[in-house]
Amino acid sequence: MGRYVVRRLLQMVPVVIGTTFVIFAMVWALPGDPFAGKCGDRPCPAPYIAVMTDKFNLDEPIFVQYALYMGNLLQGDFGETFGGVQVMDELQLRYPATLKLALVAIATEILIGITAGILAGLRRGGFADALVLVSTLLVISIPVFVIGYLLQLLLGVKLELFPVTVSAGAPLNELVLPALVLASTSLAYVARLMRANLAENLHADFVRTATAKGLSRGRVVGVHTVRNSLIPVVTFIGADFGALLGGAIVIEGIFNINGVGGLIYGSIRTREGAMVTGAVTVLVIVFLLVNLLVDLLYAVLDPRIRYD
Amino acid sequence: MTDVGYLGAAAEPAPPGRREDEPPSAGPGGAHRRRGKPRSLSRDAWRDLRGNPIFVVSAMVIFILVLMAAFPGWFTAKSPTFCDLNLSRGGPSSEAWFGYDVQGCDVYARTIYGARASILVGVFTTLSVVLIGGLVGMIAGFYGGWVDSTLSRITEIFFGIPLLLGGIVVLLSFPSGADASEWQTIGKVVLTLGVLGWTSLARIMRSTVIQVKHADYVMAARGLGGSAIRILRQHVLPNAVAPVIVYATIVLGVFIVIEATLSYLGIGLQPPVISWGVAINQATEFARQSPHMLLFPGIFLSVTVLAFIMLGDAVRDALDPKLR
Amino acid sequence: MRVPARKGGIVAAVGLALVVSACGGGDDGDNDGGGSASAGGAVSIRGCNPQNLLIPALTQEVCGGDPLDAVFSKLVRYDAETAAPENEIAASIESEDNQTWTITLEDGWTFHDGTPVTAASFVNAWNWGAYGPNAALNSYFYDPIEGFTEVNGEIDDEGNYVDGSATAEAMSGLAVVDDLTFTVQLTSPQSSFPQRLGYIAFAPLPEVFYADVDAFGDKPIGSGPFQLVEWNKEVDIQLTAYDGYQGEVKPHVQDVTFKLYAQDEAAYADLLADNVDVMPQLPASSLTGEQYKSDLGDRYVEREAGLFQSITFAPESVDPAMDNPNLRKAISMAIERDLIVRNIFQGTRAPATGWVSPVVDGYTPDQCGEWCTYDPEQAKELLAESGFTGELTLTTNGDADHHTWTQAVCNSISNALEIECTALTVPLFSTYRDQITEREMPGMFRTGWQMDYPSIENFLAPLYATGAGSNDGDYTNPAFDDLIAQAAQAADPDQAIALYQDAERLLAEDMPAIPLWYETRIAGHSSRVENVQISAFGTTDLLSLSLS
Repeated sequence: MGRYVVRRLLQMVPVVIGTTFVIFAMVWALPGDPFAGKCGDRPCPAPYIAVMTDKFNLDEPIFVQYALYMGNLLQGDFGETFGGVQVMDELQLRYPATLKLALVAIATEILIGITAGILAGLRRGGFADALVLVSTLLVISIPVFVIGYLLQLLLGVKLELFPVTVSAGAPLNELVLPALVLASTSLAYVARLMRANLAENLHADFVRTATAKGLSRGRVVGVHTVRNSLIPVVTFIGADFGALLGGAIVIEGIFNINGVGGLIYGSIRTREGAMVTGAVTVLVIVFLLVNLLVDLLYAVLDPRIRYD
Repeated sequence: MTDVGYLGAAAEPAPPGRREDEPPSAGPGGAHRRRGKPRSLSRDAWRDLRGNPIFVVSAMVIFILVLMAAFPGWFTAKSPTFCDLNLSRGGPSSEAWFGYDVQGCDVYARTIYGARASILVGVFTTLSVVLIGGLVGMIAGFYGGWVDSTLSRITEIFFGIPLLLGGIVVLLSFPSGADASEWQTIGKVVLTLGVLGWTSLARIMRSTVIQVKHADYVMAARGLGGSAIRILRQHVLPNAVAPVIVYATIVLGVFIVIEATLSYLGIGLQPPVISWGVAINQATEFARQSPHMLLFPGIFLSVTVLAFIMLGDAVRDALDPKLR
Repeated sequence: MRVPARKGGIVAAVGLALVVSACGGGDDGDNDGGGSASAGGAVSIRGCNPQNLLIPALTQEVCGGDPLDAVFSKLVRYDAETAAPENEIAASIESEDNQTWTITLEDGWTFHDGTPVTAASFVNAWNWGAYGPNAALNSYFYDPIEGFTEVNGEIDDEGNYVDGSATAEAMSGLAVVDDLTFTVQLTSPQSSFPQRLGYIAFAPLPEVFYADVDAFGDKPIGSGPFQLVEWNKEVDIQLTAYDGYQGEVKPHVQDVTFKLYAQDEAAYADLLADNVDVMPQLPASSLTGEQYKSDLGDRYVEREAGLFQSITFAPESVDPAMDNPNLRKAISMAIERDLIVRNIFQGTRAPATGWVSPVVDGYTPDQCGEWCTYDPEQAKELLAESGFTGELTLTTNGDADHHTWTQAVCNSISNALEIECTALTVPLFSTYRDQITEREMPGMFRTGWQMDYPSIENFLAPLYATGAGSNDGDYTNPAFDDLIAQAAQAADPDQAIALYQDAERLLAEDMPAIPLWYETRIAGHSSRVENVQISAFGTTDLLSLSLS
């Protein structure tokens, strides 16, 4: 197992390089002049364009630009925006809020999603099953910004149960409503997946064996069946964590959370390549580590799986 | 054969393995249900489905939606593109069953005509995601070793690309003017979502295949000398297919909904293409004052999502040999 | 899989709507030097993230501009109500020929660090902004000054900057006479020059600026009514009243905090909850059905602002079919502006009848005449006369809130003229502007103009003079250019305005751009403050704000 972990960590390097290059290429190679929209409706002053082009090596071929960028990155310098803002400073400001939001969302997914899935899977066709089905359906078919907007209006402004927006520093208690909205679709999927897997595994041989051995139903379900049903669920949650980190822009906007999603969107708009690449690089590294963790969890959950 | 239906099915799960009441081999004589033709999974599945009311209902709904997408003129005589601003946000009336949107266009007509783009985006994107992701995940999970490593790393690279950035690049790289056909625009959105969206499904498929390949029956098949393709097709795939179907049916709806957000940003479906997503986006702003603008396309969207999910569930239940 | 998406559009232009409380004492009593008697109290205003460091010559957008306007006083201040320029730091700005200007300063002005404001403070600041290698975004403001090209550098025939061509660091046209006087020599007469001097680019800078520009950009030191206490990135910008402020109108509050929001709706929700005191521009979602009136009661104010929206036609070189005055007039008469303003904008726009905003001196209604009225019958006749038989396109950028109204405009045109009109979007604003400046955009496209300074000249010369920087349609009319030049030279301000008005009337014949509407700002405020005053720029007047 140890060698497997080391191998995976080593393999992370080409992935990070590959992703950063793809992102870098996409932003820098977008057609048109990156300064075209920087000065509103009028063109930017020529000296400004000249100084910036020189400073950011925009005239060089893309491989040269990328090599220069990576060189700086390896020394820990994430570069800066056209406006002089240090990318690293910005990331340090933004990532904690996004991380917290994602963690609370994941916790919600696990708690509510898995529990609902288990309940529904145990009694297929029962009330819990019907409830889970209907609610997951509602949640999936309504776009997340509609859900967010309506819940903010209802629970925040009208009923005052939750804070309307999240204050600076993103304290955990204020993140409950945004995290709930953010996790809603994934929650639905987790519940349904858990339900399907559980129902399936209840027919499996090892369950019959366990029951025949005289184990209580609770132990059969809770310890054996659930564990085996969890693998695709764990996979999904792991994949979802990465998505939550980078793409929660709608929620961030509605609840005024200064997170990475909004940063990436804004930077794409203003063609700030260094910011986009820097933010996504951190994202990718976190996601890869989570993936590795998930893969290791497989072996824990299902002893039949071996890593050789 | 028990009805492994959905709602209303028996509370107790069907017993595992083969049923005791059916003789193991097909042959003349005895209480056999079938005569002559060898039994296959797909044939059994089809018989199951035909008798399942959930499948029948959802298939009919989908059929109607497909009709709506293919021949919108059958469902309404009004034009979805004629808009009179004087009627802006008008409520439902005998003239316009669903009222008018903010431009003064007939919401009912736009909902009917919007079915095509929305459903096409959902279906084609899901198909491409399932094909690409399924293939990659299956190969990675089954072969393991360096094949798995390479494919998994490639998956991770694609995962790292933000959807927004990818969408903008696709759109700017294939610019279309006013004369772009509907298929071109839909194709671009499908391309964007498909190329960037297959990663989750690949990982799910991979994880299920890894789990299945260690199972006894697969080991047995390999021991018996089955070729990889045969094993994949006969043994691994049917067992790994359940989470994929669940994910595919949900994600179809999600893609239709994602298209809404992309369209609003201007990197999704462009006018004059009409879709539910565009309609919902425009209507959210006025949700408090004119809920009908949001309600009707939203209901159609929900019904579509429901139909596909139910269909998927029924198919999954029918195909899954473990549930027999 | 998450999709990054933005619901509310980009950051709305943030003006600070400061509510001025009427309960303060008289505001023209404290003319002497020494402390101002601010009534105290703290208010918060909805702000947004500045894109650059807080340096006058680098700041072009409202997120940075609004706090900077409070921190820096300039030679001239624009009256919040009338937009008329009034001398602030300047004692007098005079010229015989509109070309050589003598500027004398009031004595006693100090920066927030105690150092005096002298003529050198202005001259050195302007030279720094003009110097090419400093890459100041506002450098074009110094363009009329003699010696600008030597300091800024040269541009070759293709429009590229010639590296190293900045040979001087000081413009020859600026000369310090003594501590309180300096002269400005322009390359050509500009009657509107004094009116420009209230723009942030012309602010004076203290000596400490030159020692460490980056540190200054984090915590700028000006001579304005408020000084910057702290800028917490992404969170807020905190200002407090400067008791050495020499201006005539003193602030009525002690502390002002710009709370930085990325999204309109979030800020609005906080406004309703009384968590923020002023929101200079209410979000579109609150305007529908006049929702804001029931949400806020009487806690809102409205005002026309100097923002002008128009549709420009592609240059003849790009799309010859558009170069047809009859077609252009037909299109203009096919747009039902009133209806669109009512149903799409909920009344936050005023239909335009000319090319100049109502907030400036010299505005005359109906310069466009009948061509800007809605008349489908006549429009069809004009269309027939024009001989145009193709289809129309109207393009805008997709990442802001424009595609709703462009669709409405297109619908109006196609209903009236019975030809096809498609509203297209280009995903990014930068790509959109790029296509326009590279002359690759066919058909019609949206153009918006926010005035730099309140002058009729600013709505005409930069947009429609031959070869002007923002002349996206490549309009060229020698008679128009002539009138503009004459107006710039005119010694008498009223004569200048009359000439500018004549020039505006010429535009009605060729219709290089179709005027659509002017923006109306609607600002909301909490119950803690009163008397919100919106300036002609759509910003909030911090000097009138106070607690109720």
